[in-house]
Amino acid sequence: MSVPGRTSGLSGVSTSASFSGAVVARVRGAHLGMLPIVVALVLIWAVLGAINPAFLSAENLVNLTLQSVPTGIIALGVVLVLLVGQIDLSVGSVSGLAAAVLAVGTVTLGWPVGLAVVAVLVIGALVGFAYGVLSTRLGLPSFVFTLAGLLVLAGVQLRVLGPDGSINLPFESWLVRTVQQGFLSPAAAWAVVVVAVVVYAGTRVVDHVRRVRSELPSPGLARIAVHTAVLAAVLSVTVAYLGTARGVGYTVALFVVLVVVVDVLLRRTRWGRSVRAVGGNRRSALLAGVPVRSVVVSCFVACSTFAALGGVLAAGRLAAANQGTGGADTYLLAIAAAVIGGTSLFGGRGSAWSALVGVLVIQSIANGLTMLNLDLATRYIVTGGVLLLAIVVDMMIRGRREV
Amino acid sequence: MSEHDDAPSVPDGPVLSLRGVSKSFGGVRALVDVDLEVHEREVLAVVGDNGAGKSTLAGLLSGVYRPDEGQVLLDGAPVVLGSPAAARAHGIAAVFQDLALVDDLDVVENIFLAREPQRGPFLDEITMEREAWGLLDQLAASVPSVRQAVRTLSGGQRQVVAVARALLGSPRVLVLDEPTSSLAIRQTAEVLNLIEKLRERGHAVVLVSHQAGELQAVADRIVVLRLGRVHGIVDGDTSYEDLLAAMTGAVRPGRAPRGGGPGTGSPRTEGGVLR
Repeated sequence: MSVPGRTSGLSGVSTSASFSGAVVARVRGAHLGMLPIVVALVLIWAVLGAINPAFLSAENLVNLTLQSVPTGIIALGVVLVLLVGQIDLSVGSVSGLAAAVLAVGTVTLGWPVGLAVVAVLVIGALVGFAYGVLSTRLGLPSFVFTLAGLLVLAGVQLRVLGPDGSINLPFESWLVRTVQQGFLSPAAAWAVVVVAVVVYAGTRVVDHVRRVRSELPSPGLARIAVHTAVLAAVLSVTVAYLGTARGVGYTVALFVVLVVVVDVLLRRTRWGRSVRAVGGNRRSALLAGVPVRSVVVSCFVACSTFAALGGVLAAGRLAAANQGTGGADTYLLAIAAAVIGGTSLFGGRGSAWSALVGVLVIQSIANGLTMLNLDLATRYIVTGGVLLLAIVVDMMIRGRREV
Repeated sequence: MSEHDDAPSVPDGPVLSLRGVSKSFGGVRALVDVDLEVHEREVLAVVGDNGAGKSTLAGLLSGVYRPDEGQVLLDGAPVVLGSPAAARAHGIAAVFQDLALVDDLDVVENIFLAREPQRGPFLDEITMEREAWGLLDQLAASVPSVRQAVRTLSGGQRQVVAVARALLGSPRVLVLDEPTSSLAIRQTAEVLNLIEKLRERGHAVVLVSHQAGELQAVADRIVVLRLGRVHGIVDGDTSYEDLLAAMTGAVRPGRAPRGGGPGTGSPRTEGGVLR
C-alpha cells in the first residue's frame, strides 16, 4: 500500500501551509507522481456531489467501486504493456472471449466453475504468450497484431457463444454470488486496514533504520509517521464510509490487492525494474544485460491474463455472457484509464496505481452522468475530454522533457 | 574493489585476444582478419578514421556482435560472447559510445541495471545506494544525488554514471568506445586520469577513439585500424603525425614497435590537440 509520492503530496495539500513549499518544489521538479490526477478525482467527486448529493451516498460509492473492478483489472494489465513500451488493443476481446468460454463451459458443458475460471485464465495467458512471441521473435508492432487479435478474438467469442449470442449464468453459481453479493465483513475489512498500515509502517521504519545505519539520507521518522497517518486515514475513511452501506466487495478487495502486488513487483523487484528499463530504452536495457524478450513476453502474458480475469468478473457481475461483453468501448476505457491515471503511452513511466485511480475517474464520470440522466453521448464526450485534459496536464507538468 | 590489488592471476599471457576475426554487415566487411591482444595493467588504444571498424571491434569485444570468422580468446581459451550479459559474466564490461543509459531511471537504477543485489525476493536498495556512492566517489564524480533521473544529468555526469556501471563488480577488461566524444576539455582530462587509475588497479583497458591526440597520454600500445584491417600496432608514444599518417594511410608506420619512440612529437601534439 505504499505510494510515497501520492501520500506525501496529499499530506502537503491537506494538512498545513508548511508543506506548500515542498509542493511547489515538487511541481517545479516534476516529481508529482499521481498527485494531479488524485486532485482531479476529488474535484470530479466534488462537482458531481454538488450537482446531485446522491452521487456521494455510501450506497452509490459502493456501486461505483463494484462497477470499476472489471475495467480496472483490465487497465492494470494495460499499464504493464504500456510500461514496457507496447500496447494491447485486444484486451476487450480477450475479456469477452473469457466470459463466453466461462459461460459455455459452466452452463452448456457443465464444467465446475473453478476449473472454468482456471481454463479461461490459461487461455488469456496463451493469447498473451502468442503476442509476446509475435513481438519479440518477429518484431511486429504490437499496435497491428493486437488490432488483428481484437478482430480474431471477437470472432472467436461470437463462435463460442453460438447462435443465441447470450448465455445466462445461474444466480446460485458461487461465482455470481461472490461477485455480486460478496462483501468483506466489517471485522475482516478492519483487519485488512490494520495489517496494511502495520506492514506499511514496518517496512518504512526498517528501511529508515537500515539507511541510518548505512549513513544514507532517510526521509526521517516524522515524514514516515505522516505518510502512515495519511494512509491509515484514507483506508479508515474508505472502509468506514463504505461500511455504512454494503461495504467493501470481494472483487474490490481483489482488485486493490492485485494493484498492490503489481506495484510492489514493479518497484521492488528486478523484474519490475527491467520492465521500466525496457520501456524507457530497449537498446540500453539489452546492452545492460536485461533479458528484454522475456520481460516483454511476461508483460503481454500478464496483460491478457488480467483481461481474462476482468472478463470473468464482468460475466459474474452481469450473471451472463453475451456478444456485447468486452465489446464496444471496453478496451478504449481500459487504455484510457491507464493513461488518465498517469501511465505514459510511450513506455517507461507509470504505476500500478494509475489503473485504480484512472478507472475511478472514468467510472465516476459514467456513474455521475448516468445519475443525472445524461445519455451515452454525453458520457463519451466528457470522458474523452477528461482523457485529453489528463494528457495535456501531464505534458505541461513534465514540460519539454518529453521532447 | 580491493581484489585488484592482488597479483593478477595470469601474469604474462594476454587476458583477451582476437585471432583472425572477421565481421561483415551485409556486403560491408567491417573487420577483416583482425589479430589483437590486451594484457592486464595495459591500456590498448584502437584508432582509425570513421568507418575503420573501431566500433565493430568494441562490439565484438563486449558481446554485442559475434565474429563471422575467427575466435575470441579469454586467458588463451576460446569463448563465445553471445550477448553483453555473457561478456559481462566473463569479466568484460563496456562503456558504449552512446552510453546506453535509461533516461527515466535514476543513477542507482542505471548502475545496477540487470545486476541488482537482492534481499530475499526484493531489491536491496540500500546496498545499491551505498555501493553507488562508493563507485562515484572513486571516480571523483560530482553527482548531486544518486536518486536523480539520469535525464537530468549533464553529459559529463552521464559519462561518469556509464563508467561507474562498467566498473561494478571489478571487471578484468574494460572496453571504452569513444569515452570522451561528448566531453569538454576538463572532463576529458578527468576521464583520461580515470583510465590511468584503472590501469594502475590492474584492469586491462581497450580504448577506442578517433581522437589520436588524447591516446598518447594514456595508451601503452596503439592499434591502428584502416578499412577494417589492422594497419599497424605502435607504441603509445608514437608521434601525432605518424599516427595520423597511419590512420589515413598517407604513410605506413614501422610495423615493429619502435624502441625509443620519438619524444619530439609530444609537445607539439599536445598543443595541437588540446587547443
